Amino acid sequence: MRWLRKNLVVIAGLLTLAYMILPNIVVMVFSFNKPNGRFNYSWQRFSLDAWKDPCGVADMCESLSLSLQLAAWATVGALVLGTMIAFALVRYRFRARGAINSLIFLPMAMPEVVMAASLLTLFLNMGIELGFWTVLIAHIMFCLSFVVTAVKARVMSMDPRLEEAARDLYAGPVQTFLRVTLPIAAPGIAAGALLAFALSFDDFIITNFNAGSTVTFPMFVWGSAQRGTPVQINVIGTAMFVLAVLMVVAGQIITNRRKKTATA
Amino acid sequence: MSTTTLTKKEGAAPVEEPVLRKPSTRKRLVPYWLLLPGIIWLLVFFALPLVYQASTSVQTGSLEQGFQVTWHFQTYWDAFTEYWPQFVRSLLYAGTATLLCLLLGYPLAYLIAFKAGRWRNLLLVLVIAPFFTSFLIRTLAWKTILADDSLVVDVLNALHVLDVTSWLGWTEGERVLATPMAVVCGLTYNFLPFMILPLYTSLERIDGRLHEAAQDLYASPATTFRKVTFPLSMPGVVSGTLLTFIPASGDYVNAELLGSTDTKMVGNVIQSQFLRVLDYPTAAALSFILMAIVLVMVTVYIRRAGTEDLV
Amino acid sequence: MTDKTAHTGKNTGGGDVRLTGISKAYGSFTAVHPLDLTVPQGSFFALLGASGCGKTTTLRMIAGLEDPSTGTIFLGDKDVTDLPPYKRPVNTVFQSYALFPHMDISENIAFGLRRRGIKSVKKQVDDMLELVQLGDKARHKPHQLSGGQQQRVAVARALINHPQVLLLDEPLGALDLKLRRQMQLELKRIQTEVGITFVHVTHDQEEAMTMADQVAVMNGGRVEQLGAPADLYENPQTTFVANFLGTSNLIEAEVLETGSDVVVTAGGGKLRVPGDRCTSAVRQGGKVLVGVRPEKISLAHADDAGSIADGRNRVTGRIVDSSFIGVSTQYVVNSPAGAELQVYEQNIERDARLRPGAEVVLHWNPAHTFGLDAAQDIDAGVETVEDAG
Repeated sequence: MRWLRKNLVVIAGLLTLAYMILPNIVVMVFSFNKPNGRFNYSWQRFSLDAWKDPCGVADMCESLSLSLQLAAWATVGALVLGTMIAFALVRYRFRARGAINSLIFLPMAMPEVVMAASLLTLFLNMGIELGFWTVLIAHIMFCLSFVVTAVKARVMSMDPRLEEAARDLYAGPVQTFLRVTLPIAAPGIAAGALLAFALSFDDFIITNFNAGSTVTFPMFVWGSAQRGTPVQINVIGTAMFVLAVLMVVAGQIITNRRKKTATA
Repeated sequence: MSTTTLTKKEGAAPVEEPVLRKPSTRKRLVPYWLLLPGIIWLLVFFALPLVYQASTSVQTGSLEQGFQVTWHFQTYWDAFTEYWPQFVRSLLYAGTATLLCLLLGYPLAYLIAFKAGRWRNLLLVLVIAPFFTSFLIRTLAWKTILADDSLVVDVLNALHVLDVTSWLGWTEGERVLATPMAVVCGLTYNFLPFMILPLYTSLERIDGRLHEAAQDLYASPATTFRKVTFPLSMPGVVSGTLLTFIPASGDYVNAELLGSTDTKMVGNVIQSQFLRVLDYPTAAALSFILMAIVLVMVTVYIRRAGTEDLV
Repeated sequence: MTDKTAHTGKNTGGGDVRLTGISKAYGSFTAVHPLDLTVPQGSFFALLGASGCGKTTTLRMIAGLEDPSTGTIFLGDKDVTDLPPYKRPVNTVFQSYALFPHMDISENIAFGLRRRGIKSVKKQVDDMLELVQLGDKARHKPHQLSGGQQQRVAVARALINHPQVLLLDEPLGALDLKLRRQMQLELKRIQTEVGITFVHVTHDQEEAMTMADQVAVMNGGRVEQLGAPADLYENPQTTFVANFLGTSNLIEAEVLETGSDVVVTAGGGKLRVPGDRCTSAVRQGGKVLVGVRPEKISLAHADDAGSIADGRNRVTGRIVDSSFIGVSTQYVVNSPAGAELQVYEQNIERDARLRPGAEVVLHWNPAHTFGLDAAQDIDAGVETVEDAG
C-alpha cells in the first residue's frame, strides 16, 4: 500500500503512456492482418501480403510521394520566411512589433477549420484553381508561425556577446553571421524545420478544404475510411513509426559517442 | 560605404559642429526587409481570407446565380439557432478532452521531468513517436480498440463501467463506438502530446531545490505539490490547455470517424456546408461564430490565469 | 504536526546533533564513509572541504533530504533517521537560496509557519524582516532583490521556524568577496543572538575559521580532523589539513634522534621538532614530514647568517620569486631541503637585498615545527589550477 502511494505518479504516468502508444501497436499488429471484407478493423489471420506489396493499392504511394514533396517544399518556404522574421523580431527594434507579434500568434490561436474555410473563400473569390499550389500556400502559411516561435526561442537565448566577440576577432558582418550566428541558431532552425515537416505532412483539415482533386496521403486515408481501408495503410504507418524511432535512436547514439570522444 | 560618404562630408564642410550621426537608411531598413516576405504571406493568406470570409458571411444568393454582399446579418442568427447544439457539443467535448488531457498528461509530464532519470530521453521519444504515424491512421485504430466485441469494451462491460456511462449519456448500452465517449476519447488521445510537452517544459525548468526547500519548511509532499510545483508549472498548464482546447474545438475528424450523427461537432457542420452543401454564407458565418467564441474564451482564460503574475 | 509543537518556542533544551556511523553510498561510489560526529548545542559548527568531499551529503542527511545508507542521526535524544524532512525540527539555508519565485518575500518567510498551521504570522514575519534588515522589501519578489538580500531572506525563512539546528549549505558561495565578508559577520551576529546550533558547509577555509567555533575538515568522504580553528591551524594532523587550511611548508626528512626533541636531517641540514608535535611514532632512520607555516619563518640574507640566534631551525636557499602583497611580502625559496618553500615576511623593515637570486637563510623557532606521518601524499589538499577549474 505504501509502495503504491509512493509510486502513484509513476503508475499513472505509465498508464497514460500506454494510452498514447496503444493505437500504434494496433496499427502495427493490423499491418499483418488479412481482412475478410474491405475494412481492416477486426483481426482475421496473419499474413505478410501487405508488407510484400506496399504499393499494391491504387493511388496510395502516389499520394504518399505527393505528401512528402509537399512537406519538403512547405518546410523550405516556412523556414526561409520564418527565420528571417525571427531574426528581425529578436535583433532589431522597430515600429509595429506588437502588431507583428499578434499576426504571428493568431494562426496558432485559431481553430484550423476557421483558417481552412477562410482560405477557401479567398481562393474561390479569386477564381484560383485548387490543387498542389493552393495546398502548398496554405501549408507554408500555418507552418510559418511555428517556425518563427522555434527559431525565436533559440536566438533569444543566445548571448549577443558571442557576436560581439566574433566582430572583435576580425569577422565581418557576413562572416559573423555564417560562422557564429547561424551555427548557434541551428538547433532552433532544425527544430522549426522538423516541426514544419511533421505539421505539413500530417495536415488534414486545411488540406481537405483547399486541395480540390489533389490527394495527399492523409486525404487518401480519409477517403479510404469511407470506401474501405487497405492493410497497406498500416504498413506505411508502421514503417514511418519504426523509421522515425530508429532515426532518433541512431541520433542519440551518435551524440553519446561524440560526447564520449569529447570527454576522453 | 557609409565611411566614404562621411569623409566626403567632412571634407566639404570644415565647420566643426556636433552632428548626431544617424544610422544609415540601409541599416535602418534591414528589419523591414527581413519581415516583409513572411508578413506579406501572412497578410495575404491569413488575414485577407478572414476579410473575404467576413464578406461571404453577409452575402446572399445561390451557387448558380452567384453571391452578392447584401449585409444579410440574419445568416448569423439563423446559423446559430439551427446549429447551437453542435456548438454546445464542440465546447463540451473539447473542454472535457482538455480536462482529461490535463489529468492524464500531468502525471506523465511529472514522471518524465522528475522521476525518469536516465529513462527521460526514451520516455520523451515515446511521447513524440506516435506523431510519426499519420494521426488519421491512429484515429482509425481506435475503431478497432473500441469495437463492440473488443477486449476493452468487454472489460468495461464486465466492470459495469458502461452501465454508469450509459446512465450519464456518454455511451449507449454496451456500445462505446459511435458515442460521445468515443469522440472525447479520440480527441483526448489526439491532443495529449500538445498538453504533455508544454507541461514537461515548464516542470523541467523548476529548480529541484525548491522542492527540497518546501519539504525542509514542513510541507508534506502533497502540500509541496499544491504550493510550489503546481503554481510554478502554471505557464505549462496554460499553454497546454490552449494548445489542446483550440484545435479540439474545431476538430471534425474524431466526430466523423469515431462518432455518429448524434455526436457531430461544429467542425463537421462547417465542413459539410462548405464542401458538400456549398452554402458558403452559412458556412462562413458558422466559422466566424466559432472563431469569436474561441477567441473570447481564450482571452478571458489568459486574463484570469495571467493575473497571478506567472514567473 | 504534533511532534513539531515542542519546537515552536525558542529553543532552550534540545541538545546536540549526534551522527553515529553515518554513511552514504551511491551504487559503488561511497560519498561519505561511516562517520561519528557530535555537534554541541548552540555551537557554530563548520564542515570544511573541497567539492565532492561529502560535506554537503552529510548536511543533507541531517536535513533528511538524503537517506543515509547506514547509521543513526540523533537530535538531542530523539532518533530522527527515518523522519522525512518536513517532520524534522531542522531548517536549511540552501546553496543559491532556493527562494520560491512565485511568492513575495513575506510569503517566502511565512511558508514554514503556515505549513505548521500557524495562522497569525504577521508579527513574526515582520520581526524576522527586521532582524535581517529587509523591512521595506516584504512585497518584493525574490528576483527583484540583490544576491545579498536574497541570502538574508533565505536565512530569515529558515530561522523564523526556530529550528533546533540551522543548516547552511555554502550560503555565501554566490556572493562577491566584500559582501561575503560582511555576511560572515552578519551570520555570526545572528547566531549569537538566537543561540541556535548552526551547521555550516563551506569550501572556503578562511570563512570556516572566521565563523565557526568548531571545524570538521572533510576529505574523500571522511573527517580528517576536528577541532577549534586555531588548533587545526597550529596542529594539523595530516598533510591534507596542513595544506588545505592555509599554506604549509612540508619537508621530507630522515630521523636522526628521537626523544622530547626529535632531530631530523633534510638536504644536509639538521632540524628539530618537538616530540609531542609529531603525529606518528618516529623511529631512528625512519622518515617524517616536517612542517612549518610560512609566517613563522624569518628570512635573513646569507651575509647575516652569523647574527641568527642559536637554537633556531635553519635552512639555506635561494630566493626564486617574491611578490609584494601590501601587509606582507611573500617569497618563494628553493633549498636543498625542499623546493618552493613559502615565506611570508611582514613589511616592517624591508631588506633591499632580498630579491630573486639572493642567497638566504630561513630560520624559525623549533617549537613552531610539526611532524607528520611520511606515509601520505605530501601534496594532499594543495589547491592547483586544475582543481579550481
